[in-house]
Amino acid sequence: MQHIVVTVNGVELADGEVAAHTTTLDWLRARGLTGAKEGCAEGECGACSVLVAAPDDDGGTAWTAVNACLLPVAALDGQEVVTAEGLGTPHAPHPVQAALAADGASQCGYCTPGFACSMAAEFYRPGRGDHAHHAPNGFDLHALSGNLCRCTGYRPIRDAASALGQPDADDPLAARRASPPPAPRPTRVDHDGERFVRPADLAETLGLLRDEPDATVVAGSTDWGVEVNLRGRRTPLTVAIEHLPELREVHVDESAIEVGAALSLAEVQRRLNGRVPLLDALFPQFASPLIRNRATLGGNLGTASPIGDAAPALLALEARLRLASVDGEREVDLAEYFTGYRQTVRRPDELIRSVRIPLPLANLAAFHKVAKRRYDDISSVAVGFAIDVGDDGTVVAARIGLGGVAATPIRARATEAALTGRPWELDTVRDAASVMGGEGTPMSDHRASAEYRALMLNRALLKLYRSTAREEVPA
Amino acid sequence: MSELAARPAGAVVGRRMPHESAVQHATGVATYTDDLAARRAGVLTAWPVQSEHAHARVRLDVAPALEVPGVVHVLTADDVPGVNDAGTKHDEPLFPDEARYHGHALAWVLGESAEAARRGAAAVRIEYEPLPSIVTIAEAIEAGSFQGFAPTVQRGDAASALATAPHVFEGESVVGGQEHFYLETHASLAHVDSEGQVFLDSSSQHPSETQEIVAHVLGVPSHRVTVQVLRLGGGFGGKEMQPHGLAAIAALGAVRTGRPVRLRLTRTQDLTMTGKRHPYHATWRAGFDDDGRLLALEATLTADGGWCLDLSEPVLGRALCHVDNAYWIPDVAVHGRIAKTNKTSQTAFRGFGGPQGMFVIEDILGRVAPQLGLDAATIRERNLYRPGQTTPYGQEVRHAERLHEIWQRLRTESAFDDRRAEIARFNAGSPDVKRGLAMTPVKFGISFTFTAYNQAGALVHVYKDGSVLVNHGGTELGQGLHTKMLQVAATALGVPFTAVRLAPTRTDKVPNTSATAASSGADLNGGAVKHACDQIRDRLAEVAAAHLGGDPGDIRFADGVVASSATERAMAFAELVETAYHERVQLFAAGFYRTEGLGWDPATMQGTPFKYFAYGAAAAEVEVDGFTGATRLRRVDIVHDVGDSLSPLVDLGQVEGAFMQGAGWLMLEELRWDETDGPGRGRLLTQSASTYKLPSFSELPDELNVHFLERAREDGAVYGSKAVGEPPFMLAFSVREAIRDAVAAFGPTGRSVELASPATPEATFWAIEAARAAGAPSTPADEPTSETTDAAASVTAGT
Repeated sequence: MQHIVVTVNGVELADGEVAAHTTTLDWLRARGLTGAKEGCAEGECGACSVLVAAPDDDGGTAWTAVNACLLPVAALDGQEVVTAEGLGTPHAPHPVQAALAADGASQCGYCTPGFACSMAAEFYRPGRGDHAHHAPNGFDLHALSGNLCRCTGYRPIRDAASALGQPDADDPLAARRASPPPAPRPTRVDHDGERFVRPADLAETLGLLRDEPDATVVAGSTDWGVEVNLRGRRTPLTVAIEHLPELREVHVDESAIEVGAALSLAEVQRRLNGRVPLLDALFPQFASPLIRNRATLGGNLGTASPIGDAAPALLALEARLRLASVDGEREVDLAEYFTGYRQTVRRPDELIRSVRIPLPLANLAAFHKVAKRRYDDISSVAVGFAIDVGDDGTVVAARIGLGGVAATPIRARATEAALTGRPWELDTVRDAASVMGGEGTPMSDHRASAEYRALMLNRALLKLYRSTAREEVPA
Repeated sequence: MSELAARPAGAVVGRRMPHESAVQHATGVATYTDDLAARRAGVLTAWPVQSEHAHARVRLDVAPALEVPGVVHVLTADDVPGVNDAGTKHDEPLFPDEARYHGHALAWVLGESAEAARRGAAAVRIEYEPLPSIVTIAEAIEAGSFQGFAPTVQRGDAASALATAPHVFEGESVVGGQEHFYLETHASLAHVDSEGQVFLDSSSQHPSETQEIVAHVLGVPSHRVTVQVLRLGGGFGGKEMQPHGLAAIAALGAVRTGRPVRLRLTRTQDLTMTGKRHPYHATWRAGFDDDGRLLALEATLTADGGWCLDLSEPVLGRALCHVDNAYWIPDVAVHGRIAKTNKTSQTAFRGFGGPQGMFVIEDILGRVAPQLGLDAATIRERNLYRPGQTTPYGQEVRHAERLHEIWQRLRTESAFDDRRAEIARFNAGSPDVKRGLAMTPVKFGISFTFTAYNQAGALVHVYKDGSVLVNHGGTELGQGLHTKMLQVAATALGVPFTAVRLAPTRTDKVPNTSATAASSGADLNGGAVKHACDQIRDRLAEVAAAHLGGDPGDIRFADGVVASSATERAMAFAELVETAYHERVQLFAAGFYRTEGLGWDPATMQGTPFKYFAYGAAAAEVEVDGFTGATRLRRVDIVHDVGDSLSPLVDLGQVEGAFMQGAGWLMLEELRWDETDGPGRGRLLTQSASTYKLPSFSELPDELNVHFLERAREDGAVYGSKAVGEPPFMLAFSVREAIRDAVAAFGPTGRSVELASPATPEATFWAIEAARAAGAPSTPADEPTSETTDAAASVTAGT
């Protein structure tokens, strides 16, 4: 057994009784820090949001809002956390708290501390103010799309966010950004027959996976948290890998872009900086910022859910996975990676190290997500498109990834064939759309009917075409 | 003007105040029931053992749970010293021997930690003897499975009127339920205090009833149970009846073990165990004249009441009383009944049947308008109540002229007619994406239809330093009741807002309180707080007159200063209070209020159940994606009647929040149950936040404008205000009708559009497919505005 030490609101809190499955939310609340609330325990409502000191891209600290309900507190060993109570007090509220309190942005108040943390993360985002399409003060309202409020209807929260200024010169959390976050450190927690281990390095990690094939690998733990909280999953060994430098690299050469599997989606988006338009189309539709601040490509592919949103995009990009084990590395085409419902070719001793996206990219890319709600929902159907249309208007190559229509994410091979070599025009698209409507084996469930899912495949191609050919208006 | 409605100079009511706890909310220090548990030592956690059958006789073996480390006790029927029932109708056994719905709590495990209690609950062995189950309204109708009363609201002879009406339409309307999804799930924390009293903190909207039921279960008099409500993380009606049994479990656990017991439902437990908004099914026949005026309506409304009666009867009563919404219908016969199904109980939810009743008439008007060749806004306007007319249950529609004033102002504020033309032009040039715009009105009756509930109490203390402490019987759910009560007390005593503090709601301070429900919190408790303050002020006025000169009637109280208009001498309120204390004048008072002028006969469904009506109207514009059916709210304009607002910022929040919650109900929120004959029959499929979607930022309209009706004093309510909690919920019908309008644009003119509810993207998509299948849009692209211009002209003529 080992103590964990977490710095909360500037105070070091040590604990030697932590269980591997203890969430940060429960741990904070048990210490009397009850500002963070449990609203759903699955990262949907954001009432538990807290700020974590995470690395930015320039060696400093980015205050990053995360769902405390999904994060094992053991993963924060040695790290820094700020809660709503740490942002400000009733006598000296933080600027975001003052803004929330002033003009009707809280009613019952239960969601408000979480909103304060999400809002503070955006408040401290460097470069805020550079985006013309955000609020006039540069506040990106998408930063709040992972927080639910049942009382206000959001308008006053939007207005509070839009009226925020910049941090004061003597703002301590703003100043904290200049120095790096705490370095990750090896962690070993053993309580009631459950272990949580953060290995020192990749070699130790791979050795552990070889020796203990039952280990559960977590990075952002956004899926782990749901399993632990909602389904009572308890595992003998949880191995945290999101700190491993080998899994946090972005590498670009002439033939490919290689993205580390343990970078959060938010980090991937920042680091790629618009280089992969299809991923830029995906990211804003992937869950919420609170999730994207922790969730990783490795995790989304590792759980192999048929409704994970990364796979359809990456299938369209013809991505390949680098799998690492003590025996060495191998590369797998993502299209051959999924073998069945939540089944893959990855062996228990293997770790997804990176995702390789071959270059050049197709010139027409889009990500369509059909869901009940525009923000923060799970796909009924997801479609990634990467289509190369030649100078003469002919489809040179078409790659289409689908989610939500089969036991695994799939490529729409028949549709791709129906498009390839034909002119990118309405007749082609109509023919191919009817093929696409028959791809996969959609099912009916509480999200959508099978018929709707099939028709959404059919319409997705027409919708894509219409977005590229605005001038044609058929009857 | 009544004394109740008159506002003194310098009134604190009417000022724009933030929520009294806003800064505590934002800084995370505002305390909710379960936050208390973290601060108390030795607290046990209660965890339910839930049925996995919709209907079955059950036998439990709890012994294996007791083997689980950390499990202290398993509560069963054997532990109940009093009555094994958690409801007011004696049909809700706290520990049932027959599971009546999937998720029904059968026993509760007490553990040293949530983890231990959860493992203990999983270890309990349950033998099920499955029984036939009824899961849908259709199955209940087929099987004749009903519960409670089956009332009728009737006026004139609807059958004869329908026989001679120039146009008669008939149809079915089905509307889904809704989960409250208060962000704070149900919570209770119980302990037995030094005097043997059971002290409960509970997230209850109805602490007095919680107290009564806990006392029944424990077999003790009510005076041995105190319920305290700090604040709720949202209620919306879901914590009116549902907290009682949960509080009783915590109390029973505390009595049985001698230790504090906390019970906080997880989201999934809350979704699978507690009551929701009733789904309704209606069949109807409606008659119209050639100008689109309603002549008669016959309808039968069937509510899905779930497994027990709960509040289904009063909810149904209110539904029947709101089928007319804001429209004059000469001949009416509306029947209601309550299906009994093997689902969660259905209960109070913002609007309390009003939304389901109004859904029927708004669905009818939206569907028949094209068939009558009229614009839907025209038909709605022509049917609005006029002064002197009465509702089908015999109550005069007082201030009906306000409906017309609101309607015209909304038309102007929203630039309705110009935008109709603009949208027609847009739609003519946009084959894949269509926009729609619609206006709908609201008329909502204010008062509990259960007349006895229209009373309230308050206890006001003035301390020697001039500070004021207010207790009242209402609970703070986020609706801003406490903010309003502080403003009422400050106004009545003429002191600054900051001189008054509100204490948490407690049954040992104000007894026999009514639920904080029916939008009545401010009306009733405001009347009681004002009454208490007025008594103290009158006593102080006598003291002041003796010291300042003049008669008590010359004494003015404002902003902490007490002045005599006779002598123009003044003193500080605190100084007066100190003086009054030394003169042995009582500085505290109990206040009481009851709503006058109500009379309701539930047997005949006739009378005056409401003190007054709240009015409003909304215009919503949507954009619908023809590829997916996804809807985006572009702009919403609202004009609403809150009387003379007690607290404009609070009221604005209520209007906006209720509107968005209504929009969620009608376009997004969908409860799906397993209706198959498989092993999961009756199970709620949407039992978490990832599957039950409420509005998020993406549903916020790009533009949202709310206007209050001006000079809108309500003579029958405290300081001329009106209730605001529920009425704006029903403004959201404008969204549903706008979606219908956009869907219609995909098909030929004059075609009736049927739209499922909620109008999810998939439901909207199927409606679009049906519209497209009926033929091409008939508006020629080369003259896109002509038709709309005609429609606008006829609308103008109709006014």
